[in-house]
Amino acid sequence: MRRVAEPRENQSALWAGPRRDVLDLDDFTKAEIEEVMANADGMKEVLGRGVRKTPALRGKTVVTVFFEASTRTRVSFEQAGKILGADVINVTASASSVTKGESLLNTVRTLQAMQIDALVMRHPHSGAPYFVARHLDTPVINAGDGTHAHPTQALLDIYTIERLRGKLAGKRVAIIGDILYSRVARSDMIGFRKMGAEVVVCGPPTLLPPGFVPGSSIPEGTPYEGVRVVGRVEEAVDGADVVMVLRIQRERQDAGHLPSLREYSREYGINSATLGLARPDALLMHPGPMNEGVEISSDVAHGSQSVIEEQVANGVAVRMALLYMLCARARNGGS
Amino acid sequence: MADRKNGLLAITGGRVIDPSQGIDRLADVLIKNGKIEQVTDKPGSLAVAGEAGYRLVDARGKVVAPGFIDLHTHLREPGLEYKETIATGTAAAARGGYTTVCAMPNTEPPQDTASVVEFVVRRARETAVVRVLPIGAITVGRHGKQLTEMAELAGAGAIGFSDDGDPVADANLMRQALSYASPLGLPIINHCQDPALTNGAQMHEGAVSAHLGLTGWPSQAEATMVARDIALCELTGGRLHIAHISTRQAVDLVRDARERGLNVTAEVTPHHLTLTDAWVYGKRGSTPDGGALTLGAYDTNTKVNPPLRSQEDVDAVVDALAEGIIDFIATDHAPHAETDKVCTYVEAANGISNIETAFASAISLVHSGKLSIAQLVDRMSTAPGRFLGRAAADQTVRAKAPAIPGLGTLANGAPADVVVFDPDEEWVVEPSRFVSKGKNSPLAGVTMKGRVATTIFGGAVVYDAAADHAGASA
Amino acid sequence: MPEIEIMTADQLRRALNRIAHEILERNAGDRAVALVGIQTRGVYLARRIAEAVTEFEKRPVDVGSLDPRLYRDDLDQAARHPVKPTEIKFDINDRPVVLIDDVLYTGRTIRAAMDALNDFGRPSSIQLAVVVDRGHRELPIRPDYVGKNVPTARDERVRVRLREVDGEDGVVLSKVGEGDATRS
Repeated sequence: MRRVAEPRENQSALWAGPRRDVLDLDDFTKAEIEEVMANADGMKEVLGRGVRKTPALRGKTVVTVFFEASTRTRVSFEQAGKILGADVINVTASASSVTKGESLLNTVRTLQAMQIDALVMRHPHSGAPYFVARHLDTPVINAGDGTHAHPTQALLDIYTIERLRGKLAGKRVAIIGDILYSRVARSDMIGFRKMGAEVVVCGPPTLLPPGFVPGSSIPEGTPYEGVRVVGRVEEAVDGADVVMVLRIQRERQDAGHLPSLREYSREYGINSATLGLARPDALLMHPGPMNEGVEISSDVAHGSQSVIEEQVANGVAVRMALLYMLCARARNGGS
Repeated sequence: MADRKNGLLAITGGRVIDPSQGIDRLADVLIKNGKIEQVTDKPGSLAVAGEAGYRLVDARGKVVAPGFIDLHTHLREPGLEYKETIATGTAAAARGGYTTVCAMPNTEPPQDTASVVEFVVRRARETAVVRVLPIGAITVGRHGKQLTEMAELAGAGAIGFSDDGDPVADANLMRQALSYASPLGLPIINHCQDPALTNGAQMHEGAVSAHLGLTGWPSQAEATMVARDIALCELTGGRLHIAHISTRQAVDLVRDARERGLNVTAEVTPHHLTLTDAWVYGKRGSTPDGGALTLGAYDTNTKVNPPLRSQEDVDAVVDALAEGIIDFIATDHAPHAETDKVCTYVEAANGISNIETAFASAISLVHSGKLSIAQLVDRMSTAPGRFLGRAAADQTVRAKAPAIPGLGTLANGAPADVVVFDPDEEWVVEPSRFVSKGKNSPLAGVTMKGRVATTIFGGAVVYDAAADHAGASA
Repeated sequence: MPEIEIMTADQLRRALNRIAHEILERNAGDRAVALVGIQTRGVYLARRIAEAVTEFEKRPVDVGSLDPRLYRDDLDQAARHPVKPTEIKFDINDRPVVLIDDVLYTGRTIRAAMDALNDFGRPSSIQLAVVVDRGHRELPIRPDYVGKNVPTARDERVRVRLREVDGEDGVVLSKVGEGDATRS
């Protein structure tokens, strides 16, 4: 009788690991990110069906708590949860309740008592999901914390690029705009680097984080290790496979970071001329919502290279994958 | 308390270190009627002292030094008694080896009138375990608009003036304060940081703040105000004291001012001497592997104003302390209630409860060879004692303030304020065991080396580790 | 306990051909039958049966694949492997659909697959073809087409090996507990 080496069932990295929460991509392995994307493929197919409903998370309760206004991300998570059959409860926290810390702890205690299966939260304070996760047994998904992280956005960005252009390894991604205040940029830099991409960032010096000096690379020992910082947008975009444009907010002008949005647009805005410096098949991305005419011109925003709408659709699939994987882990424990 | 007034106490067999008299030898310290009777030439037998009627404190294998003096303590009373009281704060001080603490005026109401200062003095007399010296506010309500009645505050017992917690932002007002206080001989203690440069700041600006997405406090925000204040000190001839200096840039400015003979002094906290901004990661100072944060990240117990700085800054303040450019260690003991810290980092109150760990943090500089043990005693006892005595010693000032006896010395006749410590005993920080109401310490679970054994205030034992530890195991 | 070969490559080939014939015979009068393989090995089995049908009938047959993971009743087990896209690019309304899987055991996977199929349309009938029926049903489900009935113990395990996935064809029986116990 012949013995054949048994094929190893490729055990889920996410299942095998200790992961309970998704707070940023810094603690994800490349294998975990790939597993999320593999599941997102299955989820994306569900999104294309006539009957967009499955019973996978039937009986599970997903709560979204947004301490900061957001339509797109909240709806994306709500849709993800509902398509998977979960009950989704949206809690809109008033802005005033953010001011007193005790109330966040009380919110957490209330959620703990409700025995929910996953918490999706957005909070204007960097690090807030870490605080909540410390005090809650439930999986916590960070839907954006202050200027720190937005891991689900980064995952959907990685997914969008890899499914349209293949592996990120060796590709060049330019991130343009307000890096200092961008949680998307922070998580994207970490995620893209983990996948092996070359990452170049560019923005006005007033909107670069401490240590991001144009003409230098971020040194070892930081999560942004190897990210290149350049001063001119033309240099950043030159030869890029992906151009990621960040939203510029009027508050930056008011706070003195910028003389005017007009000047920002002229110096750092992405338009057909600057985009023309990227590779001909380069993808144009934006985490939304866009300020057309400021950081991105309307013609390129809706042009052939733009995959901004694709990002939105992929966002639901990626969030379905995460809810599915985390809820599956949470109950019944391990194997 | 029985031996405070007329008791005889002998601290025998310890290594006595008193930089004020150049003493560093094995000796007995004899105490009579709350005063130092003498430091003997050599240790006598325990029996001899015992037969002479002295109560004995066995200090063999330990160091005996003048009790520590803290120029910067937040006792929170009146108004914030849920964070700390004069009773609990001074008990914590005693446990930390301190025999004198200076109460910062950011109470509610603030110590901006004689009546509030007198309240603190009275409450201290009624409830304090060690000496409490109040610090008056510089401006009414600490609002930075109008000077307080400093002469009257001095008469009520204020030993200096500060709006600590907030800087005096208005340069002209700072000029007036330095100028107006100069005939009193008392220091203007400024919390130096440019408010416009630190608007919304949560931690030191650097690679860690970039990673955590927290608004940074640039080092230069301290330096710009230190530079301004030094210039104003030069202009007015006033007495400037820089509270909790934390940056290399500010140290360089103070060094330069001292070389030019200006009347500028500075203090540094135990945490700015020993902890960096990496502590905000919640991994006891180490950087996370691969940059991956853990659930302990954003440790609110590390949030303090001024913030924990870079290693470069830590090295600079340590060197400056050894050099004497920074005059002494002050704790900035800032106790908070749990609700002030169990929240997001942005919401968390600034401050570390550290008066019970200050000595152990500070002596780590001796263990690492940065300071001699005599220098440590100087920076914790002798130098702050001298600082407090300056107004009395200065013949040119109007002697309105009550004379403060010579503190920070074991000279014959000085108040018998003494600390006995074991420089090598290892222990683990357990904030739940703090006698301070504030359990907000980033050092929870950290093993420290160096521990206070006995604290004697005015000849009375106010802290005894043996009893404390026995209570713990009971 | 060593592995016991219960079907050789040749036996497997003949069994699939027989099933193809039976499917055609049973669905002769109806609208063209469609085949839907259940992930993972059922997908390859469906393609092989489709090839056989095409050869006999000289006409193409609709073949799809289906991942019933999102319909299973054991989320924690199901989520151990990524959800694969279901591919049914043809209309399944009012025509017979044959679900194809490698091993029929408790029946729970088939229950999930039928639920999933219903989200794509309303077939005139759903039939089931399996290579091995090893018994131990936990639901009222029976196969319409069986390659081989193999009485087993619960602590045994039946594996259908296919060259597309495993490098060779055949069916083996082994004891659980030696090596991994992740699948049944």
